[in-house]
Amino acid sequence: MIDQFLIPLIKILIVLNATLVGVSYMTLLERKVIAWVQSRLGPMRVGPQGVLQPIADAVKLMLKEDITPTKADRWVFTAAPVISMVPALIVYAVIPFGPTVHLFGRDVSLYITDVNVGLLYIVSVASVGVYGIILAGYASNSKFPLLASLRASAQLISYEIAVTMTLVSVILVAGSLSMVSIVNAQYNSRVWFGFVQPVAFVIFFIGSLAETNRAPFDLPEAEQELTGGFHTEYSGMRFALFFLAEYANMIVVSSVATTLFFGGWLRPFPNVSALHFLGVVPSWMWFLIKSFVFLYIFIWVRATLPRYRYDQLMRLGWKVLIPLAIANLVVTGIVKVMLF
Amino acid sequence: MFDTSELVINMGPQHPSTHGVLRVILRLDGEKVVDAEVVIGYLHRGIEKLSENRNWTQIVLLTDRMDYVAAATSNVGYCETVEKLLNVEVPRRAQYVRTILMELQRIASHCLWVGTHAMDIGAMTVFLYAFRERELILDLFEEFCGARLTYNSMRIGGLPQDIPPGWDKKVLAFCDIMDGKIDEYETLLTHNRIWLERTKGIGVISGPEAIGLGLCGPALRGSGVARDVRKDEPYSAYAEMDFDVPVGVKGDTYDRYLVRMEEFRQSLRIIRQATQGIPEGPIVGKVPRLIKPAAGETYHAIESPKGELGYFIVSDGKSTNPYRFRVRPPSFCNLQGLPRLVRGHLVADVVALIGSIDIVLGEVDR
Amino acid sequence: MLQAIAFYTIAAFILGFAVLVVTTKDTVHSVLFLVLDFLFVAALYVMLNAQFLAVIQILVYAGGIVVLYLFVVMLVNLKRPPEAHSDPHRMTKFGFGLAAAVLIELGAILVSGYMKAPAVAATATEASMPVSGNTEQVGWLLYTSYLIPFEIASMLLLVAMIGAIVLAKREL
Repeated sequence: MIDQFLIPLIKILIVLNATLVGVSYMTLLERKVIAWVQSRLGPMRVGPQGVLQPIADAVKLMLKEDITPTKADRWVFTAAPVISMVPALIVYAVIPFGPTVHLFGRDVSLYITDVNVGLLYIVSVASVGVYGIILAGYASNSKFPLLASLRASAQLISYEIAVTMTLVSVILVAGSLSMVSIVNAQYNSRVWFGFVQPVAFVIFFIGSLAETNRAPFDLPEAEQELTGGFHTEYSGMRFALFFLAEYANMIVVSSVATTLFFGGWLRPFPNVSALHFLGVVPSWMWFLIKSFVFLYIFIWVRATLPRYRYDQLMRLGWKVLIPLAIANLVVTGIVKVMLF
Repeated sequence: MFDTSELVINMGPQHPSTHGVLRVILRLDGEKVVDAEVVIGYLHRGIEKLSENRNWTQIVLLTDRMDYVAAATSNVGYCETVEKLLNVEVPRRAQYVRTILMELQRIASHCLWVGTHAMDIGAMTVFLYAFRERELILDLFEEFCGARLTYNSMRIGGLPQDIPPGWDKKVLAFCDIMDGKIDEYETLLTHNRIWLERTKGIGVISGPEAIGLGLCGPALRGSGVARDVRKDEPYSAYAEMDFDVPVGVKGDTYDRYLVRMEEFRQSLRIIRQATQGIPEGPIVGKVPRLIKPAAGETYHAIESPKGELGYFIVSDGKSTNPYRFRVRPPSFCNLQGLPRLVRGHLVADVVALIGSIDIVLGEVDR
Repeated sequence: MLQAIAFYTIAAFILGFAVLVVTTKDTVHSVLFLVLDFLFVAALYVMLNAQFLAVIQILVYAGGIVVLYLFVVMLVNLKRPPEAHSDPHRMTKFGFGLAAAVLIELGAILVSGYMKAPAVAATATEASMPVSGNTEQVGWLLYTSYLIPFEIASMLLLVAMIGAIVLAKREL
């Protein structure tokens, strides 16, 4: 009974809360890092060094008037932020934060579940997340959000293809769809797949920037062109949900990148016993550190690069990334059949 | 085969990247701009009419409010026009200080431009970098005349006060700082692939066509026309300065960008020469206590950061205020080119092009 | 018992949403109900222990195809009034005809399925597969017993793709 219901429930609670706190602190991190890049200080007023800023933001957003435009499609308008938030959260069900550890006298796995189609589950749930953006644009019944949501759907669908292709080549190398087995495969092959599949990693990284609507692919919310994009008409907590969903997706993408390409919870060189002292840092810490590096790069890229134009973005996706991903897949397949 | 309908969207007057209260009505086919109509007048304060009811010295502070990011240039332009009308000789010291102020102002204005232009295209860091340097210039202005935005920094016939002691050293120190900072902006933008893709081939306009549309300033020089009032009809101390007029080749957004980036450097060159060569002497010429020019009219143009800023002033010789006061604002004339430039491009390019022609709505509407 | 309750609940939802899909006036709403319908079908697959199929159902139908539906529905202006026609119920007859055809087909499948049910079950389970696991088995079957249908399906998709490109690109 305890093993079947209580422990998963506790794990779900921990992961959900950690995610939500993490997501709200991502906003602070982003503001701080960008401020440092731009020789500013960033938020400083709420708490020491502004550490309580996310709480102040949350309070502000909750107290704000929640406006529904008169001509909006009321139901869809309300549902859209939820639709974009939920997939971003349920993905965490299959992300392995660590291996099975011995805790309080019983074996506890540091992941909520390990389904044998884990990676596909992530991809499919992420693909449902598109609805939030499309519906937000449609339901606002306003031209700028509509344009933005059309951009978003086109962008997400195109980049999903490239990203999924790279995932397939990783699956070929790992021989499994389960996230835990993929990490174990990296342990057994003595190398992180990021080095086995560098092309796939680069495509995955660019594609995931596009899929999470981050700069330089943040066209759906291009403030300068579309006055905020699909969430132009949103305010208060509903706006915050979109905002949080974006950051939650960033964390998901970083976690997936860590798991697939950089050994998940494994410490660097897990098979070299000379580096055994690295085991002092618990496995889940390694996972978080690696994911954090990705998040940092996401923010760094945003502070540095200008934005692509819509047609250039589509050209990059369809004419460069997708063919490259397919070629990479074919080469991986050939090498795998020839050598193993 | 498929019937498509045009989408009309209204960009502005409240829009984050129309640089103020510009309103552009775009007719779109998908995301492609079929036609654009510029609607102006949201910031109209009637400066020309107001000026006709103020005496000659009071008008200087109204000119501040036109191009509010380059107020000193507007001040000088007006004062020189009146001096021409009065036939007043301005002392060389005043001429040199005016030149320094105008070139500092050009850098400040271009800082604002490069920041907002890059911001429109999505590179937000350049914006804060550029504002950091603009701040240094504003400090210099504050030291000179006490104000940071609307300076009222000129008097007819010369300067309101001499430069503070040590000010010229600070200007030179600023020049040294700025040299490196321009390279910094260029590192972030000039060879950036995304920046190149976003600006090259966007809003191409040939030299003759640009002249036909009445474009001026960097927007014209980007198309390869070496028209610069500072060179062609020198005023202040520009005749004694050694500088080049950068021109573009293709006339696209990227060339206009390069022209302005080079103007940063040329401005620094002028500032260095002028600061090192400030002559001693009086700062105000022989101006009558009551300014009352003889009946007549005059037109005088200067090169503001945005382009050719001209004043046409008519005096009736009887009253103490101008009979007619007319400004040829460069932003207004450049804005005429916008519909021509954006046609056939995408929505994202519209903001790039608004940034590229560098307008200030205060000056467009007056 | 628990399984039966879950099955009938999910089935009820599937049918309910299916009815909503065809009865809702607003096209976008009806597409949304279609998505919900697909999600519940995926839940049904999970109950049958076919996780791979469930995930693919969500990925392909809910995440891919219906997004494109939504795209089309949003782009095409459906708010104009339907044109008047001499026989407003012409579609109704056609619809009933189609429904009858589908019903007969389903009945036939059901009947034939009952007749040789044990045989089918035997071939499915006893097919000697060198792989274990849901995903692997699906892959194995697709590339061995059902290779030709699989290839035909992929040809069909290729043709559809080329057709779409030809339609969309007016001048080649």
